[in-house]
Amino acid sequence: MIDIRLDEDQQLILETVTAFAREKIRPAAREADESSTVPAELIAQAWELGLIQASIPEEFGGHGRSDSVTGTVVAEAMADGDLAIALHALSPRLVIDPVLHLGSQEQKREILPRYCGDKFVPGSAAVMEPRWNFSVTSLATTARKQGTEWVLDGQKSYVPNAAESPWIVVYARDEAGVVGAFLVAHGTPGLEIGEREKNMGTRALETYEITLKDCRIPLSARLGADAMTMLRRARVAQSAMAVGVAKASLEYAIGYAKERDAFGKKIAQKQAIAFMLAEMAIEVDASRLLNWEAAWTLDQNDAGVREVALAHRYASEAAMMVTDNGIQVLGGHGFIRDHPVELWARNARGFAIFEGIASL
Amino acid sequence: MDFTLSEAALMRRQMLRMVAEQLMRPISRQFDEEEHTEPHDFFNAMWMASKSNKDATSIGADSKSDDEKGSGPKQPRESTLLAAVQIEELSWGDAGLYLSVPNPGLGGAAVNAVGTTEQKERFLKHFYDGEKPRWAAMAITEPHFGSDSKQVATTARRDGDEWVLNGTKIFCTSGYRALELSDGFIVAWATLDKSKGRPAIKSFIVPSGTPGVKVTKLEDKMGIRASDTAEITFEDARIPADNILGTEEILETGRAGFKGVMATFDATRPIVAASAIGVGRAALDFVKETLAGSGIEIRYEASPEEMTVLEHDVLQMEAQLQAARLLTWRACNMMDRGERNSREASMAKSKAGLAVTRVTQKAVEILGPMGYSRKHLLEKWMRDAKINDIFEGTQQINLLIVARSILGYTSKELN
Repeated sequence: MIDIRLDEDQQLILETVTAFAREKIRPAAREADESSTVPAELIAQAWELGLIQASIPEEFGGHGRSDSVTGTVVAEAMADGDLAIALHALSPRLVIDPVLHLGSQEQKREILPRYCGDKFVPGSAAVMEPRWNFSVTSLATTARKQGTEWVLDGQKSYVPNAAESPWIVVYARDEAGVVGAFLVAHGTPGLEIGEREKNMGTRALETYEITLKDCRIPLSARLGADAMTMLRRARVAQSAMAVGVAKASLEYAIGYAKERDAFGKKIAQKQAIAFMLAEMAIEVDASRLLNWEAAWTLDQNDAGVREVALAHRYASEAAMMVTDNGIQVLGGHGFIRDHPVELWARNARGFAIFEGIASL
Repeated sequence: MDFTLSEAALMRRQMLRMVAEQLMRPISRQFDEEEHTEPHDFFNAMWMASKSNKDATSIGADSKSDDEKGSGPKQPRESTLLAAVQIEELSWGDAGLYLSVPNPGLGGAAVNAVGTTEQKERFLKHFYDGEKPRWAAMAITEPHFGSDSKQVATTARRDGDEWVLNGTKIFCTSGYRALELSDGFIVAWATLDKSKGRPAIKSFIVPSGTPGVKVTKLEDKMGIRASDTAEITFEDARIPADNILGTEEILETGRAGFKGVMATFDATRPIVAASAIGVGRAALDFVKETLAGSGIEIRYEASPEEMTVLEHDVLQMEAQLQAARLLTWRACNMMDRGERNSREASMAKSKAGLAVTRVTQKAVEILGPMGYSRKHLLEKWMRDAKINDIFEGTQQINLLIVARSILGYTSKELN
């Protein structure tokens, strides 16, 4: 029966993570963006929250609930704090999720406990490629089978934590045209990590361009066969973050509009502003509902090509509209870096682009 | 969380799909071209079906049968959600004919919401008795106002054991059928004293056959032409004193009666949204079928380089429609759980009205000469869609309600 709401556990997770994001992450957001650095102590505190460990099943050391719907709750709440910090804090899932959903028991036993320890260990995935016409359905990075090895070739961009993560999950197209997820350990010959990138938004997140040149990994390093479902899960997580960023912008704009005077009233009392805010609120809610449907459908039986496509498209566009309006409501002040709205708009522009960077 | 329709919902949807395809679509064009003629066969068929399944299509009736039937653990209520599913299906068939189905409608909903036990007995209990179809309607709008409903100028004067009504109502859906084609009734808003504003506005049950009540115009409309939209004039119309809707308490506390009826809008707004979505879906389905017939399949994961404008447009339409649908279902869920849902109901209504207006416009555009031709129903669906952006609270009024809700403002602070 149609029942569009979170269950009690999810509601509790939402409240806990939102409180952490608002109280700890948000105040650090601007400085992190200016200095292009995620504060380590904040990541340690986020680790204490147990969000990563909560996504790993008990048999591998976690206390596990890794369904997509719960993932969207966490992703949205964290992104509401700050997108770059959220992406970094949740980066372990870039490795954990493909291993969990696609990996063998051996791979799970080898890798998952590494992310259940007493310290944060970053994760990494390489999806995007440095060309304007990048798309996951036409990857230029290739994987060729040669004897007992896979040989990877190609270039990837926007790879978070490439330099620090013990593994990078590289998405490449095999000779049959199937998208595969390949575990590439740090230090593998043929894996070249470039300079740290400079991006429009999420500046605190360390991202890199990497080159795979005749990069050889064992056959066993391929995670499952077809990795498209994994990329869809990633899109859903990303879309949830889009909702979180949009929500932050909406609430900030509401607060500002209720205080700012013009023409004898608060600007929130003027229809032009009030209607803009109402439309923003509707789009935030609509995005969330579409994305819940996509996440739920994925959880049922890995189905949901249509739902994921619709939700991803919708949430990305809505986040751009909402964060853009967030600036607009603040007028000239919205353009100044004293307020967070311009940061949120720069961050939000990425959602239509990332294509799976937030594999959560 | 669950996005699957229940067995009950699926069954009803299937049933009403048959009604839509077999009873509605074949006569859609005829009753669009021949406005002001009555589809009697359709009325009779729907009347007989409703009698055997009272809550099939009406908003007003107390729909307990499906939810509480059977043994086992108590089923959660889903009557609003079921209504939305049903109404979407019927509107997919023909929105004008859906509005023409003989049932208690908004008039019945008002009596159900704030009527006394005696009034419910008198006007609702035997509504479905007899072979002849019956309608009830709600009359609020007057020539000089629509959205600003406290401007009611139709007067109600107490004279002995009667109320005397004077004034004019316009845009009353099914007003003609309720008052002149059948033995039905309308609920009309009138004021006891215009100088006192909102607290003096009450609702009055005006049965068919009341002397002094006349349907003075049947509107010629852009769309939903099968539905009658009446102008009603009251000239010293006399109704029994106990036809004033509501208990003594409601009447004495002034605002409560008004609020009670306004609260029915929290239920009816998602329903109208559902109807809009049905029209939008008819257009989208037709576009996809036509494209498929030309070998064009919509690829959900095509890259920007490969994606055609057609695919892009269809994906946008599909996403907008689904967004409207989920917002509507959410509002229905909340109503079914007894939670206050004014914000969510208004979000659903404003989104659906606008989304479907655009979806149907885009559909006509995509199908070019086919879309523009009266050989196909698509152009009619675009004409049918627009009213959803307007009645039951315009898009702008609903945005205002959403804005007040998210800003925590009263109507004095934001208007």
